[in-house]
Amino acid sequence: MATWQLEREARDARVQAGSAVAKGKIVEARDATRLLEAIVRPGDRVCLEGDNQKQADLLSAALLSVDVAKVNNLHMVQSGVVLPEHLDVFERGVAKKLDFAYSGPQSARIATMLFGGKIELGAVHTYLELFARYFIDLTPNVALVAAVSADRDGNLYTGPNTEDTPTVVEATAFKDGVVVAQVNQIVDKVPRVDIPADRVHFIVEADKRFFVEPLFTRDPAAITEGQILTAMLAIKGIYGPYGVQRLNHGIGFSTAAIELLLPTYGEKLGLKGKVATHFALNPHPALIPAIESGWVKQIHSFGSEVGMENYIRARSDIYFTGADGSLRSNRAYCQTAGLYACDMFIGSTLQIDLQGNSSTVTTSRIAGFGGAPNMGADARGRRHPSEPWLKAGQEADPDGHVLLRRGRKLVVQIGETFGDKNVPLFVEKLDALELAEKLNLDLAPVMIYGDDVTHIVTEEGIANLLLCRSSDEREQAIRGIAGYTDVGRGRDLGQVQRLRERGVIRRPEDLGINPLDADRSILAARSIKDIVHWSGGLYEPPSKFRNW
Amino acid sequence: MEDFSLRHDARQPAGGARKMAIVGVVASGNLEVLVERVVPERECLVEIRTTAEGFGAVWNAVVADFVDRYSPGGLKFSINDGGARPDTVSLRLAQAVRLMEVEQ
Repeated sequence: MATWQLEREARDARVQAGSAVAKGKIVEARDATRLLEAIVRPGDRVCLEGDNQKQADLLSAALLSVDVAKVNNLHMVQSGVVLPEHLDVFERGVAKKLDFAYSGPQSARIATMLFGGKIELGAVHTYLELFARYFIDLTPNVALVAAVSADRDGNLYTGPNTEDTPTVVEATAFKDGVVVAQVNQIVDKVPRVDIPADRVHFIVEADKRFFVEPLFTRDPAAITEGQILTAMLAIKGIYGPYGVQRLNHGIGFSTAAIELLLPTYGEKLGLKGKVATHFALNPHPALIPAIESGWVKQIHSFGSEVGMENYIRARSDIYFTGADGSLRSNRAYCQTAGLYACDMFIGSTLQIDLQGNSSTVTTSRIAGFGGAPNMGADARGRRHPSEPWLKAGQEADPDGHVLLRRGRKLVVQIGETFGDKNVPLFVEKLDALELAEKLNLDLAPVMIYGDDVTHIVTEEGIANLLLCRSSDEREQAIRGIAGYTDVGRGRDLGQVQRLRERGVIRRPEDLGINPLDADRSILAARSIKDIVHWSGGLYEPPSKFRNW
Repeated sequence: MEDFSLRHDARQPAGGARKMAIVGVVASGNLEVLVERVVPERECLVEIRTTAEGFGAVWNAVVADFVDRYSPGGLKFSINDGGARPDTVSLRLAQAVRLMEVEQ
């Protein structure tokens, strides 16, 4: 007779084995490795919660210490490869294969290990794509997640950094997997229930709070005049003319400059209330002056940001908060919001080629993509109109039937022509291609494809790729704003001049931007301390950003 | 250290009446520009003193574009460069010519 509940039986057997080291659902921190040896089987798909910010650090250390004879060849399916332990498990042979989305701080080491054959790479994903695969072909057998507190039944409170937890738990718990949560504290009653108890099998009380990285704090003191100039170009040349109200910002200094210019330069241009009112965005401290000046109506967040807790609590009109008053973030929902309900993504990158393809992968660094490919892509399933979306669609296809023409999401890449250590932003050939050839990948790791990019902004000007009618025009439009990089100096002067006459390229002087305004005095806050003042003392920056 | 000067013809005299102005700071990756209205009004002179050697071709390109875009006739620019990126140099030169238009 056929058996249809093998997976459930296997799950029950794992939970039973784990119960030997637990009291109810509760496992002592020192027994965490024994728990994992009991519930994880060789070759399992394991999601070790490494989010963009929040890290299940105790559980990753516990997994690293397992007896490799019992637990080995795991297939790690996790959005963030952030902690050294996330890669140490591959060095030790605990894990073999990796599917991920983001690897910020481990980007150099992950590249070395891929070249050294220590890791078998599945694919580099965008967040939403990896989450989607959790429900189709990368469903975890075991999920190791992090929360702020749990009650004795196993209800979890994630605090402001809910991030990926609901998605990971949903995919695991409802498909016969085992869910283990590390918590900072076990309490009688959790402040709010982010994950219901019947989806959680084991709880480990950590001896120290889980690690959270402040990824979205940009010190205004480090913003350059070149970045201020590019920010002014973006506001006057894109935000204003398209009337972009619903948007997502990347995490770089150029977009931080935009946030700090809204209440000053944006105000002067009369754009308040007309642009930048609704965001899919982490709680960026740099947006505080704009919020306090009444620019921003609503923000939904992927995760939280260290130090922003009290400010968010006090500004619940702006942020999404729970019954306990603290932020509720959710990466999957916010990525969906960015894809379908935002009219613009604007962010930086490391390399842009002659057709506008961009990548953060270089031959020595595989940083992953995070959310950028999703935020920075046109949603082909979108059906609701909006002014910026229709205007962009009209520019791309002026002769199309008005009622049948698709709109276009504005996908803007912003940066200075020379980046860190004078490395040029523009290249003839992406390093990602070289990497794909070396590693024999089926697909080069491109972050945003050129056909999704609508504008590129540098200190030299704006290239509007929607108005380009051939790949040759596209190339010259890009060269025409690539400054004194080799790509920029290889421009065809006559063609660039014609593109400028058509408004495909617009220089600061074409937009009436006075270079004297590109001065740090125009920033609404010039230091972290200024931001603290704007927040009325509610924002509490992490110590590494305190220099007063 | 490398010193050189570039002389260009300008289409028209620079705007404003100010005699002299200074923008920027001497610092690593930055530069200071002293601008004076002391050369014939259809000419422009740029004197460069830089800590970064071997970038003559880029300086030529940056200064030629600047003269083409801003037509700073009658102005002499003395640059004290701490290895600034070309985009920073362009911005400072543009700021200098605009500052000469501002009443004191």
